[in-house]
Amino acid sequence: MTQIYFSEDHEWVALGADGIATIGITDHAQEALGDIVFVELPEPGRVVGKAEAVAVVESVKAASDVYAPLAGTVVEANQAIVDDPALVNTQAESGAWFFRLRLDDAAAVNGLMDRAAYETFLGTLS
Amino acid sequence: MHTTPLDGLNRRLGARMVEFAGYDMPLQFAGIMAEHKACREGAALFDVSHMGQAIIRDVAGFSRLVPGDIAGLKPGRQRYTLLLNETGGIIDDLMVANFGTHLQAVLNAGRKDVDVAHMRAHGLEVETYFSRALLALQGPKAKDVLPEGAGLKFMDAAALAINGIACVVTRSGYTGEDGFEIGCAGEDGEALAELLLARGAVPAGLGARDSLRLEAGLPLYGNDIDETTSPVAAGLNFALSKKRLETGDFIGAGPVSRALAGGTAQKLVGIRLEGRAPARSHTEIRFQGARVGEVTSGVFAPTLNAPIALGYVRADLASPGTALALIVRDKPLPGQVVTLPFVPHNYAR
Repeated sequence: MTQIYFSEDHEWVALGADGIATIGITDHAQEALGDIVFVELPEPGRVVGKAEAVAVVESVKAASDVYAPLAGTVVEANQAIVDDPALVNTQAESGAWFFRLRLDDAAAVNGLMDRAAYETFLGTLS
Repeated sequence: MHTTPLDGLNRRLGARMVEFAGYDMPLQFAGIMAEHKACREGAALFDVSHMGQAIIRDVAGFSRLVPGDIAGLKPGRQRYTLLLNETGGIIDDLMVANFGTHLQAVLNAGRKDVDVAHMRAHGLEVETYFSRALLALQGPKAKDVLPEGAGLKFMDAAALAINGIACVVTRSGYTGEDGFEIGCAGEDGEALAELLLARGAVPAGLGARDSLRLEAGLPLYGNDIDETTSPVAAGLNFALSKKRLETGDFIGAGPVSRALAGGTAQKLVGIRLEGRAPARSHTEIRFQGARVGEVTSGVFAPTLNAPIALGYVRADLASPGTALALIVRDKPLPGQVVTLPFVPHNYAR
């Protein structure tokens, strides 16, 4: 089973055996954003640094950046959520992934949280 | 931080709260989209107790501060008007209703202290009732939720008892829909709200209130109008009484008359954008590559399933159909000037 990691910016990272990481925003993040109406994703081929703003989600009221939780090169973006942004509200941690990154250093995922640590982190926020 | 008399109920209903004009207010309950739809198709209930209810008895004194025909406002009727400064800028926009023995004004939350100070500085006695509750019941089914209001037409005002609660009711609102604004004593606020919810109204927050008013093309004080804005530039000519302009006996009459005669450099317009990305407040507006103005309010319009904005542009570019570019994240998004409102009003005239 694929191991899922989490960032403090509320992204999830699923690392495949091929070293490609699939990245999305957490259910907590979509809940906080509210009804999502627009998504802008990075172009494949773009080289991104850790914590760089790479995507945008807009709810009815406000815009928010999505950050690259790790450094790498974008290999794919999920057109399905561009066409139907509401998918991010209903499938944040499954079908509504944002983009895939070929990581510069796959071992860097160890600097992220596992689900238990992320749940604990969420508990410290409110 | 202030709270409204409905604070406990709002929290019990699961509101997500937000600070607005010094008040802890509900931003949303079930979600902005669902609440917006409930208001366009059913009945939504908004806690707007942050707005300031005030009573004024000196009609002539009040008239000197506004460009509307207040002396001609019949008992049982309400009118939208403006407090203007010496340069013809807008101190606040407000509703004023004639209850026979007195006028009732409803002031914007963020401006009520400024308004009262301004009125008192001009010798007006103002009674403030800022701890009262104010509910906005809005939507095509509002009349079914409040059969007590059946005798009122759009912009009528009356004192009514609702289930034994003494209320001041106007048939008006800030969503473009039919509906009522209902004031009552603060301690009766939760009981009144619970009654209207039990009758089928859906709780709604400031998020939906903003997307609804923008679709209805209604300006928001502090975003779309302020002390530097001429009512002529803001498209509020309907609030300028011809009779009052002729006599010119109100503060700001000179600058307003000159603006009407000579036009203004900028005009507030509605803009419909292509695509789905909203353009928010302060977004730069360009025409043929040159900066011509700025967005003052922008939202994704749930009814239209498209982004819309209000903004000021050079006056010669205010005609519907004019192609503009809005600069969002350094990219020009195409849009065009459209006639306001974006979504037709649905008032019970």
